Formats: sequence, C-alpha cells, structure tokens
Amino acid sequence: MSPLAVLDGCAAELARDTAPANEAPRPVLRERGQREVFCGLTGIIWLHRKMQDAFFLVVGSRTCAHLLQSAAGVMIFAEPRFATAIMEERDLAGMLDAQEELDRVVTRLLERRPDIRTLFLVGSCPSEVIKLDLAKAAQRLGAVHMPRVRILNYSGSGIETTFTQGEDACLAALVPVMPALPADAAKELLIVGSLPDIVEDQFLRLFAALGIAKVGVLPARNARDLPSVGPNTRYLLAQPFLAETAMALENRGATRIEALFPFGAEGTSDWIRAAAREFGIDAALVEQVIAPGRERARIALSKLRPQLTGKRITFLPDSQLEVPLARFLQDELGMELVEVGTPYLHRAHLARELDRFGPQVRISEGQHLERQLDRVRADRPDITVCGLGLANPLEGEGLTTKWAIELVFSPIHGFDQAADLAELFARPLRRRDMLEV
Amino acid sequence: MQLAVWTYEGPPHVGAMRVATAMEKLHYVLHAPQGDTYADLLFTMIERRSKRPPVTYTTFEARDLGKDTAQIFQDAAREAVARFNPQAIIVGASCTAELIQDDPAGLSEAMDLPCPVIALELPSYQRKENWGASETFYQIVRKLADKTLVREPREGRKARANILGPTALGFRHRDDLVEIRKILDQLGVEVNLVAPLGATPEDIKRIGAADFNIVLYPEIADEASRWLEKNFDQPAVRTVPIGVGATRSFIADVAELAGADPTPALGDTSSRLPWWSRSVDSTYLTSKRVFIFGDATHAVAAARIAREELGFEVCGLGCYSREFAREVRAEAARCGVEPLITDDHLAVEDAIAAAAPELVLGTQMERHIAKRLGIPCAVISAPVHVQDFPARHSPQMGFEGANVIFDTWVHPLVMGLEEHLLTMFRDDFEFSDEAGASHHAAHSPRKASVQAEPVAPVADIPSPAMADAAATGWTDEAERELKKIPFFVRGKARRNTEAFAAADGRAQIDLETLYDAKAHYAR
Repeated sequence: MSPLAVLDGCAAELARDTAPANEAPRPVLRERGQREVFCGLTGIIWLHRKMQDAFFLVVGSRTCAHLLQSAAGVMIFAEPRFATAIMEERDLAGMLDAQEELDRVVTRLLERRPDIRTLFLVGSCPSEVIKLDLAKAAQRLGAVHMPRVRILNYSGSGIETTFTQGEDACLAALVPVMPALPADAAKELLIVGSLPDIVEDQFLRLFAALGIAKVGVLPARNARDLPSVGPNTRYLLAQPFLAETAMALENRGATRIEALFPFGAEGTSDWIRAAAREFGIDAALVEQVIAPGRERARIALSKLRPQLTGKRITFLPDSQLEVPLARFLQDELGMELVEVGTPYLHRAHLARELDRFGPQVRISEGQHLERQLDRVRADRPDITVCGLGLANPLEGEGLTTKWAIELVFSPIHGFDQAADLAELFARPLRRRDMLEV
Repeated sequence: MQLAVWTYEGPPHVGAMRVATAMEKLHYVLHAPQGDTYADLLFTMIERRSKRPPVTYTTFEARDLGKDTAQIFQDAAREAVARFNPQAIIVGASCTAELIQDDPAGLSEAMDLPCPVIALELPSYQRKENWGASETFYQIVRKLADKTLVREPREGRKARANILGPTALGFRHRDDLVEIRKILDQLGVEVNLVAPLGATPEDIKRIGAADFNIVLYPEIADEASRWLEKNFDQPAVRTVPIGVGATRSFIADVAELAGADPTPALGDTSSRLPWWSRSVDSTYLTSKRVFIFGDATHAVAAARIAREELGFEVCGLGCYSREFAREVRAEAARCGVEPLITDDHLAVEDAIAAAAPELVLGTQMERHIAKRLGIPCAVISAPVHVQDFPARHSPQMGFEGANVIFDTWVHPLVMGLEEHLLTMFRDDFEFSDEAGASHHAAHSPRKASVQAEPVAPVADIPSPAMADAAATGWTDEAERELKKIPFFVRGKARRNTEAFAAADGRAQIDLETLYDAKAHYAR
C-alpha cells in the first residue's frame, strides 16, 4: 500500500497532477490549512546583502519590522540596508495621507542615505489589504529622485508570497528596467537567482572556460548595473522559486534553458551542460571543463555518503528548494525520501527533478501543519527539514531536524559546495550520535 | 508613518502570545496571514522552548479576502479546540486581520465552543507588545476569576500571595521567580498562584483566594492587579525587588501585608553586593557616568542601583514604553537628567553619543550602539536576545539578583580598565597597541579585526562622531598629549577642550589650552 493511502483524512486530497501529457503524472498531496512559513519579506535579508547599492523599504506594520529583525537578528550583524515605514492609526484614515506620509519617509531616508541607488518599496499584508498603491508611489517618487535613485516596488506580503517568493517578486520587478538586448545581438546567457558572490564567481569562471562570452547575472551585485535582456537571451535558473521572474523574462523574449538545478555534482553538471548545448559548445570541451569540479565533488561527497546513505528524510514546505535538494540527497547520497513538502510546486521548472523521484516518494504541496506534523510523527524520519519555529519543538519530541533557513543563506550551489550542502544534513545526525547528555 | 530599522517592542499580539505561551492548557487562535507565524521562532529559538507556542494561525491568503476569511477563522478555532482540548481559548486578530474586520470575538461567540472564549481587542496600529501582554492578562483574569469565591478567614493559616507578571520571553523572569519564591518562603508566605507563567485557566479561577498580590512586572501585571484590588480587595506589593535596597523594601512590604517578621529574610547573608561595592578595589567605580535605557521597570531600578549601590553617576535615563513614562520621569528628576522617552533607537543613539557615558546599561539595541561607539555595555532589559536566556541561574531580582547585577555591570568596566593598562604599555614591546585586549577577539590581533570591517562602511546612519575625530586647531604637541589620555576618556577630553577653547575664543589648541580646560572642568 502506498504511504499515502494509509493517511487518514488525506486520501481525499490526493489529486492527479496536471503535468504535460508527455510526462508521467504523479500523485501530489495538496493540502490547505495552517501554514508555518515566512512571508516574502524575509527575502530582504539576503537580497540587501546581494545588491549592495539597494535599499528595501517595507511599507507595513510593526509586525513586519519585528519579523525582519527577528528573522535577521540571529543572522546579520552589519548595518542593514532595509527599514520599515510603520503605518499607524492615522495613516489608515485616508489614502492621500498615506501617500504623503510615504513621500516624507522616503525623502528623509534618501537624505540620510546618499549611497542608495535603487530603492525598493516593498508591499506588505496591511499595505495590500488597504490597497496602498506602491506602483504609483514608486512612479511619483522616481520622477523626483531619478537619475540619482531608481525607485521600484514589489510585494513581499504574506497573503501573496511565501518566503523565497519574495525574491521572485523582487527580481520580477527588476526585469522591466533591464536594458534591451537588440534583436540582432548575439546569443547571451543570463543566470537568474541570487547566489553568494563566491558561487557566482565559480560559475562565471566555468562559463568563461567554455567560451561563452557574455554572461549576465540577475540580480547584479550592483542593482543599477543590470544585464540586458532580449529575444536572444537564454536564461538559466539558479533557483527553483522564480516563476514570476521567468515569466517576466519570457515576456521580454528570453528563453529558458531546461536543466536540473545546480545542486550536487549531477545537478551542476546537467546545468552547465544544458547551457553549453544551447550555445553549441563542443561536448568534449564541456566534459573537460567540468571534470575537475566533478571530481572534487565526488571525492568530497564520498566521505559523507556513508553517514547519509539509507537515512530517511522529510522536508516540510519552506523555501521551494525542497524538490531539487531532495533529488540531490537521493541520487548522490542515497538518502530515502519520505515526504517532500513544498509551499508551491512549479511543475514546469521542476519537471526534470520530479522525474528522478521514485513512485514511493510522497510529494505534498501547500500545508496543513497539524496533519503534516502527525505524518512526521508517524513516519519518524531520521531527519526533518523545517522552519525555525518548528525545529526545537520537533527535537523536543526526539526528532532530528535541520533548519531550512540555513539552506537559503549558505553557499550550497555548484561543485565545490556539494559537500557543504551534504554536510548541512550530516551534521545534525552526527551530533545526535555524539551527544551523551 | 514611522521609519524604523529596529523596534524595541513587537506588535500587541506578540504580547498576547507571551502570555499564552507562558500559560498551560490555554490556546490562542490568531486570525493572521502566514507570515505572522514567524513569531513562533521567538519562543523556540530565542527562549529555546522545546514546545510550540500554543497558537493556531488562520493563515488566510489574498485569494480568501472578501470571500471566506470568517469561515477560515471558525474552522481554525473549531479544529484547535478539538485537537488541543484547552481549558480556555483566547481569540484575536493580528494587524492584517484587524483591517479586514472579521470580528473574531463575535465569530467565536456564535460557535458555542465547549470552553470559555476570551476575546482580545489589541489595536495593532496604536499599541505595542507590552501593552498587548498586559491587556491579554487582564482580560484573562477578568473573564476567568471566580467572582463568587470567598477568601478563607486569615486566622490560623499562612498568608497567601499571587505572584503576577512573569511571562514567556521575559527578561530573566524564570530566575526572578525562583528568588521571589525564596523570599516568600523565608517570610512564611504561601504562593496561591503564579501567573501567567505556568498557570492554567483553572488556576486563574482561584486567583481571588490570595490575601494580596505581588506585581513583579508592572508592564504586564499592573492592569490586572488594579482590577483585582477593586474586585477582590487584594492589596498589591508594587516594589520591584531589583537591587539590594529595593529587595529590602520589598521584604518589608510583603512582611507588612502578611503580618510576618521580616528579620530572617532581611538578614539573608547571600547578599554580597554591599561589601563588593565597599571593598577598596571598587573605588574606581566612583562617579562612573552611566547611560540607562530599557523598559521602565528595569531602567528605573538600574538608575537606583547605579546611584545608591554602586556610586555611579547617571548621565542619561530613558525608556521605550510611553505607558510607564511617569515613573521614569520621576527617577530622571532624582538623577538630575532629562528623561528620554522614545521608541526611536536613532534618538537613543544620538543621546548616548551626546552624553558620552563610560558605561551603557540598556537593551540589546543599546549593546549594538555601545559597540559602535566603543563604550562598555551591559544588558538590563528586554527586548531579549538568545544571550538573555543563559543556562545558569541568573536572576535580576532579590539579593542573588543584585549579586548578578554587580558582576554583569562591573565586568565590562574591568575589561575596559584592562584595555587601558594595555594602552599604557603600548610602547612596551610585549604590550604593543597592536596586540589588542585579551577579551576582544583573543585570537586575532587588533589590526586584523579593524581590517575585517568593511573598507568603506555604508553606515545605516551616519554614526555620530564620538571620539578622536580629526579636529582642526590642535597643535601636534597637544594632539600627542591627548593620545596619552586613556582612550575611554579621550573623547570627552577632546570635546571639553574644544568647547573650552571655543568659549574662550582660542583659535588654536595647544598644550596650554588642554591643561587649562582640564582645570576648568575639574570636579
């Protein structure tokens, strides 16, 4: 019997996937109920470090400010390039008032921070509910502050975005202001999704070695230094959570290169090979270029494989990284996937990843927290990947956990980080075995 | 709109969560979008709780708006009651749900749930965390207290007290409670109830059985205690026993209400602060200038300890809670300083820079500020940080609390002194300036740690110039002399000298001016 069939109350929610007809449909457990995930505002915490000339101004409530400092508090020590314009009772009284208030706050901010070149006005749950028009505000303020400061807007609200979808919304807001690549320009490669600088540089070196001349990166380290986009842009997603950004790029004529996501030796190889194929690079050269990285990853992973092989893992929905990470852990480390939960399953972008999963892997989309935790308790996986709010309580129940958020903040892509990624899962297990208290 | 990078307090529903999480068998159904679930990590990560806060979030989405958010609330409430079987639930809305006006109170009333429902109205756009906690506790007490309860006659039994105020995520509440219980034990007073921490809704029913209340944290329990005073005729002890003097007053107050002999409790020999403070090595603490900022209760207590028990000079005092500004104003008047009542940490930073204190006693926010300004700092108040939940017993209240405070405050100053000695010996080859103080990044020389800072720091706020800013008008000789002054007073010496020179109309600052200024400002 499939594990799904035995789950009381879940069978009814089994839905047939609406995958393209040429692919085998697989069951996905879709649930609705309480979610335990961050909202899209959280993306600001890594985006503001990545785009060093950008400032993120959340237009929201005290809760938004508190979220940012609580989520960021344990992780960053440097001065942040983000802030919250906290709406108060009198701002809610009338729309006109709120827009004027926003002008005042932005002007004060820009006076104090002359280093800001791009300002994102970030919508929140309350600003969306009262329909505070931040697009209009960005336009109005942009007219005043351009060219010194470009003002853009997107929504990171929790009623529309889940965790990493905040980055998606932010990057999608950048796409319309990317310079146009002329229709007669040569093919260019665009890497999409924020990566730690060190990883980005590794990838750029690999593409340079392949002879791909022009490689753009979105987001650029300098938000005012955006890459071009046009019909001859071929883009490669570095992150699996960029549905809206991909759509915006396609609207500007760019075409996606289908590939596995660059996690582990296999994922990274496939990602590079797919790009090389698109640019007509000789296959022998490709293998030669990726060989050293693959070999390093192989050696490094071989040390960790004994610790992870056969270990059972459950992912609770969090960052949308779950599917490709699960594929890596299954294919390259021999882990057994019990449940792979994701807040949102992008079937097209993940099609090749999902193909790798065995039929016994339970895939769930959305969340009904209590039922999902019941499943975790019934499954008793060796390790559960979950958010910060759940990790200690599950540990308290004797379940070993890995904080999902660390997967978003750590360099985990590419050949040279493959073992670091595996280590993130191996360490909690090793620690569990070490401790005698 | 208020521009904020960091906030001292969360929204009021986080205050309600602190009460709910502190209690047992109470559940909180919170109408809120998914992002609000971040609040769980405050409890599970900062406080390291091994249980989820007892909160069900409705996590409605944009597509639910205008359709069935009310239904989502009712479903969530019904499921939560069925699953967790609480003795009572509290219901309310977070900031976003407040805007969609689903009325959780009315909705839950209509549901006929099998347990008492306490509806909370916590205006998110006006109020903050502490107020939310206070209001929640007050509503719980008001709704659940058994008003028919008749107190047993006082004769022939021990006096009974309620200890009110400790919550989850409170600054050292766990340890303070241990000290308070110890004192009550010495006084022969029985604890009728501790609330919210550890209390069940059933326990709250019996709150009227106590003879009096002890309000440990007025920010949380003042409101409830005033209602109890009126409705159950329970007087309250409002002295907050932080510091030796306050602990003695507290013992006297409790003893009086309990009709007990305070002598054994007052004679507690575990109080080391008085002798530590009188011992000669503490002489150097005399008139150290301290800047104090925190919640009102802890800030006021810190000011008294600073003045009366450690011989410091309070050069700045403030709090972030408007609700208790009066107490801070009164204490500031006693210290002879202007009170600073603000929740804008930038204003606090400016005030600290202007006051140029030798020690900052504040929250984690002030710790960051002090670090930036190079001033020693100790943390005395929430908002809390994972460091504020030490594994060891580390109270603030009672005599042991005073011992802890002595160590916590004096330690950074001792470290500063050590650093001064290192600087004095900077020309000694073994004690070069480059070596850095042993307690600062012990493994890396100072030069490296300076280089680790961003080359061109994109400061969030232009940091107020604190010390050693290259000033014009100084002769080389005077500048060299200034460098011989210990670093922690160098900034003040420079500013004083410049102010003196300006007032005296001297264009140039030479050795003469430097020492004239020193004489001018001599205490």
